[in-house]
Amino acid sequence: MSFPWAKEYTPANGFTKFLDEKLPLPRLVYNAVGAGYPVPRNLSYFWNFGVLAGFFLVLQIVTGIILAMHYAANAQVAFATTEHIMRNVNWGWLMRYAHANGASFFFIVVYLHIFRGFYYSSYKAPREMIWLLGVTIFLLMMATAFMGYVLPWGQMSFWGAKVITGLFGAIPLVGEPIQIWLLGGYAPDNAALNRFFSLHFLLPFVIAGCVILHIWALHIPGSSNPTGVEIKSESDTLPFHPYYTVKDGFGLGVALILFMTMVFFLPNALGHPDNYIEANPLSTPAHIVPEWYFWPFYAILRAFTVDFLFIPAKLLGVIAMFGSILLWFILPWLDRSPVRSGHYRPLFRKFFWFGLIPAMIVLFICGGAPAEEPYVMLSQLATAYYFLHFLVILPIVGQIEKPEPLPYSITEAVLGSDKKAVLGENASPAV
Amino acid sequence: MADTAATATPETAGETGDGIRRRDFIDIAAVSAAGVGGLAVLYPLISQMAPSKDVLAASTTEVDVSAIQPGQAIKAVFRKQPLFVRRLTPAEVQEANATPVGALRDPQTLAERTQEGHQDMLVTMGVCTHLGCVPLGAAEGEVKGEFGGYFCPCHGSHYDTAGRIRKGPAPTNLEVPEYTFTSDTTIQVG
Repeated sequence: MSFPWAKEYTPANGFTKFLDEKLPLPRLVYNAVGAGYPVPRNLSYFWNFGVLAGFFLVLQIVTGIILAMHYAANAQVAFATTEHIMRNVNWGWLMRYAHANGASFFFIVVYLHIFRGFYYSSYKAPREMIWLLGVTIFLLMMATAFMGYVLPWGQMSFWGAKVITGLFGAIPLVGEPIQIWLLGGYAPDNAALNRFFSLHFLLPFVIAGCVILHIWALHIPGSSNPTGVEIKSESDTLPFHPYYTVKDGFGLGVALILFMTMVFFLPNALGHPDNYIEANPLSTPAHIVPEWYFWPFYAILRAFTVDFLFIPAKLLGVIAMFGSILLWFILPWLDRSPVRSGHYRPLFRKFFWFGLIPAMIVLFICGGAPAEEPYVMLSQLATAYYFLHFLVILPIVGQIEKPEPLPYSITEAVLGSDKKAVLGENASPAV
Repeated sequence: MADTAATATPETAGETGDGIRRRDFIDIAAVSAAGVGGLAVLYPLISQMAPSKDVLAASTTEVDVSAIQPGQAIKAVFRKQPLFVRRLTPAEVQEANATPVGALRDPQTLAERTQEGHQDMLVTMGVCTHLGCVPLGAAEGEVKGEFGGYFCPCHGSHYDTAGRIRKGPAPTNLEVPEYTFTSDTTIQVG
């Protein structure tokens, strides 16, 4: 779908006319990210991160395919071929550092993208499907990142593989056979390394497919915006090109400056020195933590230290960790407030800034810290708030909150008036 | 066009009389910077497929030639490809020198293909210049072709005692790699 005032694609010459008849690819691009896609005129820089995430996905696929040209997924030589890439292959160090830091930047921009979604309630109708696909992409990213981290076959790779597959061992009755099946053995070895490599190569393309669905679903209602008020007329929109191609281009420039600073000057700052020691099945590193982007969820896993009724603590932690993300799938139906933007929701805003965000920061810090006090107690408190926020506070706030008056339209929010503004309508939420 | 200022749109802002906009400078500068940057990114992406440092490090080979008797040849390895080192008999040297150079497909004398003072030591790649098979004739008992040098069984190229193409599809003589005698009995190839 598109808005009736969307510019129509007109082939400029004989070749594009031919193409438009046989395979209208230029028309598709024009309507997706060109002048044919009308976008709210008031998007802030928080709306950059979708495009940035797309960029980092492409970067990961390009550098990943190159690394696969030089890497061998065999437990005998995997560590050596990683060092071969670093020392012998032309620009191999750049490819590997760009890939390792690219994963971190992919997560940074996706977390900011999700943050945007939380604050502005981008998940609400009519955009539930976009959100569901987004959560699916995020889960696929986590699986891909985990398996990629195993490939260099360092100490952190090996013990990460052992610990994460151990999560499945917590499942009652069938847990242990499942763990052995996942690894193809009793501990990570050649079989596990090979299947992780195979899946690490496959999943990015599955992600790319989900991204296409994500963007397709986005183009049906069109982009949301910081007011949360839906588009009413042409004056509320601007064509994606040139206005948002330029704005995204600027954001991409800033992101690339930060990214290349990390790649060139701090390439190992987000990694662990232990991973430059070859995997040793007989010795666990003293302090084993996952990559930083898993820390909040790792903290939730470790927050459960005592058995509850007949459920062992180990299983509780695993359920809570997976549940903490899976509950995002029902978020559009938990938050029933008719107002989208947190900007017009005073009570929601308090719980968001003084509840959810501090809880996430505490979980992040505790996930990277050793499993000792006070971190265990802090992660227990933060975990409790996290679930309380989504399952109890959000539904109640949606019922009792009195939202602030919404602007009549996007144009009015930007320019202070809208010639179509109708007196009296400003008071009620225009959804 | 001073009156446009009041109604300026992004399309017309700063337009001067000759239709050039101040915005054009930003457009061209931004697209050029992105273009140059994009090309700079391509360089490492392409260069990474070139031989890596460990492959280049294996690109010199030392060969001990002291044990090769006249009429014998040995096979060595240079850059993962066969290298033929052959000590010619006086008859073979004479035969090579007696061949009229002008009639050859790739005219070269034996002297041009060997080093001074070592005219009986023929060092060539064991790679047929047609499509890269290994010619026969270096090992004992192998077919040496109609001209007594090497014979490539893949597509029937015949090389003479100086490793020059005489008959068959190969376009040039067997390649003589760069090499030096580091002593009377040792050569360094590459």
